[in-house]
Amino acid sequence: MHVPPVYPYVAPPELSSDRVARTRVAIVGAGPVGLACAIDLAQHGIDFIIVDDNNTVSAGSRAICWAKRTLEILDRLGCGDAVCDRGVSWKVGKVFVRDKLAYQFDLLPEPGHKRPAFVNLQQYLLEEIMVERLEALGHAVRWKNKAVSVTQRTDGARLEVDTRDGRYAIEADYVIAADGARSAVRDLLGLAWEGQVFRDRFLIADVSMKGDFPTERWFWFDPPFHSGGSALLHKQADDIWRIDLQVGWECDPDEEKRPERVIPRIRAMLGPDRAFALEWVSVYTFQCARLERFVHDHVIFVGDAAHQVSPFGARGGNSGIQDADNLCWKLARIVRKQSPASLLQTYNDERVEAANENILNSSRSTDFITPKSRASRQMRDAVLALSQQHVFARQLVNSGRLSTPTEHRSNALSTPDCDSFACALAPGAPAVDAPVQIADRMASLLDQLGGRFDLLVFDANAENASALESEFGSDLRVARIVRARQQSARVFEDTEEVATRRYDAQSGAVYLLRPDQHVAARWRAPSIGDVRSALKCAQGMR
Amino acid sequence: MTLESEAKIQQPDDFYQALIDAHAGLTDEQSAALNARLVLLLANQIGDLTTLRQAISAARVSI
Repeated sequence: MHVPPVYPYVAPPELSSDRVARTRVAIVGAGPVGLACAIDLAQHGIDFIIVDDNNTVSAGSRAICWAKRTLEILDRLGCGDAVCDRGVSWKVGKVFVRDKLAYQFDLLPEPGHKRPAFVNLQQYLLEEIMVERLEALGHAVRWKNKAVSVTQRTDGARLEVDTRDGRYAIEADYVIAADGARSAVRDLLGLAWEGQVFRDRFLIADVSMKGDFPTERWFWFDPPFHSGGSALLHKQADDIWRIDLQVGWECDPDEEKRPERVIPRIRAMLGPDRAFALEWVSVYTFQCARLERFVHDHVIFVGDAAHQVSPFGARGGNSGIQDADNLCWKLARIVRKQSPASLLQTYNDERVEAANENILNSSRSTDFITPKSRASRQMRDAVLALSQQHVFARQLVNSGRLSTPTEHRSNALSTPDCDSFACALAPGAPAVDAPVQIADRMASLLDQLGGRFDLLVFDANAENASALESEFGSDLRVARIVRARQQSARVFEDTEEVATRRYDAQSGAVYLLRPDQHVAARWRAPSIGDVRSALKCAQGMR
Repeated sequence: MTLESEAKIQQPDDFYQALIDAHAGLTDEQSAALNARLVLLLANQIGDLTTLRQAISAARVSI
């Protein structure tokens, strides 16, 4: 059994001094998304206060699948190794119809990436790792500090916070609401939460067992052990397995949660001889919903507080961490007055676009798993029946389309291409990883990037690099990617030419990357003026 | 590709009879399953999403 840590409550200094706490950013909620914001702001050197109404990590069954892009962000936040060492890597998903394999997908079929397609790690373990990282950066969460009111002011927002020792106020330039699907901040501001509830129920259990199942995502439609419903089996760390069984809208959720009901269902799935113990059980109904806007004056919503999806596709936790990645560099620039406050609008626009994409994918999966009408059930069953013999039907089988980052193909911060590029990467999308050699060791390209604006200058533009560097040295970090061996700082050798291929840089290329590693602009051979204008655009100054 | 309204089916009476015969002896539920499978098989044959959308709209007219 996982023993949750108990973090210490410390009486806030404002209570004894009767002062108002002044800070740049106040973060409400220390789940994975609030913690990601805190770590990112700490790395940017921005003053913040993070409060949470509890004094431990999340209990029970929540997010487990962390996608490649999220792992890359966690690398930038200094948590990637701990998460990947502790978690279970996987990339293959199998879909069974009754007892036959109907469909199989490989989410990362090519080598040359530091991180796998997915790592499964219980949300509470991720939170423990992130709390440790935040502490290593010299910051602590204010545990058992509950935000009870939020007021917009002309120059910021004011929070009232309750503790066992009394109430105090925090005045911040910005408040980040990272307080989850039942966001108190959202309710305090009286914001509408609109979406679609799916009329179905799922029994979700985490069981502890020594299993010899492979570390793949296994999903069944109408399996022999759970006739008429769907089932999911997925491995987590510490020999914990996630089991998800569709139990239907009509069931009594309290009845379904009782061990006398749950254990026979799981025994039927795992076989009579398998020893297992229940770690955690719940019965869920899913909904897809979002706020109309994620930025309300000085209050910014992130993660489940801003948008909610069904779990098929692992798009909740992953999109939340991607919200934090998108937001914090912008907020850092705004509070330092390096960029205008209007830069925040691009957080809203980009992450609303991402939420729409996630809600669309998640709703489609849920519609397939939980058909809404007789006709949609007939069509779904026809897909499943045909999938056994007909390859084309397998691509229609939808047991969850797993989280991929939103590419933000048209956004206010990107400069559209004027040269043609033949790679999958495009302005707006996150940069792709590649193995590069730095001095005598192999390293990940992405690990060298982010946290500030980067300019990647490929081989053929070598002469350009020093001119660009002397022009933009204070605003940009310039790195050169070369094919021939060279020894100097910020020179990465593309020994396997993977970077050159993935960035379509055979005939030269220069990429401008944002602090969240998304591509802001690229050229074959830019002038100083091209780079200056794209940089201004990406900083929200045009 | 656009949706064809011109006659394209060879031996139309034979096709129509084959379509009806396929439902012989089936319950309504089984017939619905057969129709659904047939739609999917034919949709894959067409492939083009614009054409498929036009067919879906054409089928809904006056229902």
